[in-house]
Amino acid sequence: MKSEKSFALDERKEHILINKSGSNAIKCDQNSVSGAVSQRACVYCGARVVLNPITDAVHIVHGPIGCASYTWDIRGSLSSGSENFRNSFSTDLQEKDIIFGGEKKLELAIAEIVEKVNPKTVFVYSTCVVGVIGDDIEAVCKEAEKKYSIKVIPVQSSGFAGSKKDGYKAACNAIISLMDSGSKMADIKDKRSFNYLGEFNLAGEIWILGRYFNALGLKLITGMTGDSSTEKLKKAKDASFNIVQCAGSSIYLAEQMKEKYQIDYERVSFFGIDDTSESLRKLAGLSKDEKVMEKAEAFINLMIEETRGILKDYKNRCKGKKVAIYVGGGFKAISLIKQFNELGMETVMVGTQTGRKEEYEKIKELSNEGTVILDDTNPSELESFIKEKGADLLVGGVKERPLAYKLGIAFIDHNHERKHPLCGYEGAVNFAKEVDITVNSPVWDLVRGGGLDEK
Amino acid sequence: MKNKNYTNMNVNPCKMCMPMGGSLAFKGIENSMILMHGSQGCATYIRRHMATHYNEPVDIASSSLSENQTVHGGSKNLKHGIKNVIKLYNPKIIGVLTTCLAETIGEDIKRIIDEFKNKHPITEVDIIPVSTPGYGATHYEGFFHTIRSIIEYYAVDIPEKNEKINIIAGDLTPADIRELKRIGKLFDVDFNLIPDISDTLDGSFQEDYSKIPKGGTTIDQIKSMSGAKATIELALLLEDKYSPGMFLEEKYGVKLYKMAMPIGLQGMDEFVKTIAMITGKSIPEELKAERERMLDGMIDSHKYNAEGKALIYGNPEITYSITRLCSENGITPLIVATGARAKALNRYFNSADSLVMNDVDFETIHSEVKRLKPNLLIGNSDGKFIWEKENIPLIRVGFPVHDHIGAQRKLVVGYTGSMGFLDEITNTLLDLKHKGYRQRLYDELYDKSGGEKYA
Repeated sequence: MKSEKSFALDERKEHILINKSGSNAIKCDQNSVSGAVSQRACVYCGARVVLNPITDAVHIVHGPIGCASYTWDIRGSLSSGSENFRNSFSTDLQEKDIIFGGEKKLELAIAEIVEKVNPKTVFVYSTCVVGVIGDDIEAVCKEAEKKYSIKVIPVQSSGFAGSKKDGYKAACNAIISLMDSGSKMADIKDKRSFNYLGEFNLAGEIWILGRYFNALGLKLITGMTGDSSTEKLKKAKDASFNIVQCAGSSIYLAEQMKEKYQIDYERVSFFGIDDTSESLRKLAGLSKDEKVMEKAEAFINLMIEETRGILKDYKNRCKGKKVAIYVGGGFKAISLIKQFNELGMETVMVGTQTGRKEEYEKIKELSNEGTVILDDTNPSELESFIKEKGADLLVGGVKERPLAYKLGIAFIDHNHERKHPLCGYEGAVNFAKEVDITVNSPVWDLVRGGGLDEK
Repeated sequence: MKNKNYTNMNVNPCKMCMPMGGSLAFKGIENSMILMHGSQGCATYIRRHMATHYNEPVDIASSSLSENQTVHGGSKNLKHGIKNVIKLYNPKIIGVLTTCLAETIGEDIKRIIDEFKNKHPITEVDIIPVSTPGYGATHYEGFFHTIRSIIEYYAVDIPEKNEKINIIAGDLTPADIRELKRIGKLFDVDFNLIPDISDTLDGSFQEDYSKIPKGGTTIDQIKSMSGAKATIELALLLEDKYSPGMFLEEKYGVKLYKMAMPIGLQGMDEFVKTIAMITGKSIPEELKAERERMLDGMIDSHKYNAEGKALIYGNPEITYSITRLCSENGITPLIVATGARAKALNRYFNSADSLVMNDVDFETIHSEVKRLKPNLLIGNSDGKFIWEKENIPLIRVGFPVHDHIGAQRKLVVGYTGSMGFLDEITNTLLDLKHKGYRQRLYDELYDKSGGEKYA
């Protein structure tokens, strides 16, 4: 067998692992390699992803226009209330602001927002430039908070100051700050009440799960941050327990809530039938309520039967196909491997932008020998491994889609921009449907059919 | 003239940053690769923004600056990045674009590149530094400034003049560029067309995927620009300091013809007549026939179009040219808006029927739409908020188009292209009319009181 890593840059080789028993751990959690064309974004992106779905907040990007422009309403988080979050507010710093400082402009910007929108919460994101010129956004926010009696929360998200993960952390701290400002924690808590962390209500996913929770007799206080609001987040402390889906972004928040408010947490995943069922069971157990647990069993059995019935056809049409996965976080990759197993498909390549060591261990455990595992990869490696492993399908985000198509393989959008829900039992069906649509499209017959020169 | 509703903020931006313009420009240069000197996010956001518009892989490297380099300088990262880009992509040209971060920490990229070249005598790769601070201006200026920098890099005194015409293309699509080339062929003149994105950003499906897409303006073409007969710059509103054509005229005496994009009958006439004048050739019969056909079509449409009252927005050039196309067939350009500081736009449109705005944001445009009530929106996808909230049809043109497919194939230049686009506008108006007129006239005219009301 030829050396699979020969086309990769030397300093990238330890970030590539061919799954074999006894193989070393993959290198992860490092800065991206200069010039390697990483698919990652920056600290600001991480912070924005987590906080953006807070519906009634105004999100002010303190910096030049680009950062605000490219993140304006690009994500599919839905709201049952305010739409403030869908707007893009930027201080639009100019050359003179860079020279003389942007604090005054920010101060005036907040004043305008208060006058025109009157939000309950304002988040102020710092960007690269602001981090360098040293605007004291903490002081400006503090002053504004006093002046207007609303929450004005600084988010330290200068792009260069770490990776996307540091942005997640900055966002979690901002959420804690908002929760802290709420009323005192309830003395007696409802055992069935909980928060759902690391969930962003993409295409109404939290609404699907909300129905399940209601069916089980559980009480969701708020998603974090899907379809959340200032008021909901302020009440989050009253939960008896937390569940965490996207661990990469929100485990820190769960830890903080445990430490500050003594709220325990469990990790869940609502992608795929198996994970969804297991997570519902776990959730019911956390309520320590026999009735809830009974209801959960009945509900799960009913849903599994119904969903398996629908999936059977899809499985028949998709089984045996080979899959390559490249997503943001480790938790999503793990869920996807399982979901493809449910469909009888084999994962031959799997990578993440910011996966953690223990997540990569889990990926190793779940995938077959010979599977290529990648950390913070780039288009060159994706191209080579997709070809080498003969993948029929790539799962990824917007930037990866055209590459898959140019290589003549199917593609699944598993990103924050999608317009269809993929979680829960309904999501499992949507997922299978999407896989089927793309893998079995008639277009591939044309691609493989030979061109005009064919006799 | 009217500016933004907010004094200290840009709310829902109608502009992007300079490095975006720089990237769009380099993508039309043959065998080139971009290395952005800044934090990882800039490259990733720009890639994403372009990938959804063109549906093509868009690889842009980043020097991935982090905290350490922000304090101590990023020269090492940049040099390392250049090495890696050469290893992975083996380009002929590397365009090094700065970002807010690199400019603010005072990176002298020209010096860093010289140092690199002294240490690594790589003669087969041209490394072109371009200063594009995100806060400097918008993507519009960034685009032309980058073209100018590329030309400046290669320009030398050519004693023997050639018969070519330089065409500095603006915010056009790959399909538009192909049409310009066809017009050149009809005239039998050689165009030095820059940037030539006709293949690079509208690639075909081929067996072998090439990391750097085929096509683009060649180095030879760029080198021969200083000896060309004339330059036609399709950027009427551009300031001289960003103008590539102005550079060629001032330094090498290449006569500059600045004009609007060849959109609409008059816009196209101007372009065609200028080529005829520069070359002394007669206008090709084929173009004359296309013109006659367009005029015939415009007569067919003029009454329907008279009912059109449009909001037209986007980049200054496309906004100007589309406005002219609308006006010349009786559509009222009710609001004409651009996010760039293109004051010249106000100078060219000084009509009592039109509200002309530059340096404006969508928040302001939206409020003007509510006040003036156009029945048609023409511009990029960023107008989708207005489309969504006000229920006015949006005809997508310009950059970016994220929510429709085929932006790379949209043809608006030339007689045939303009007519096709005008048809799209007219048909939208016809649909508006036909869809509701029976009910509307019944509601308006039929005496539901059975005669009582008018007795």
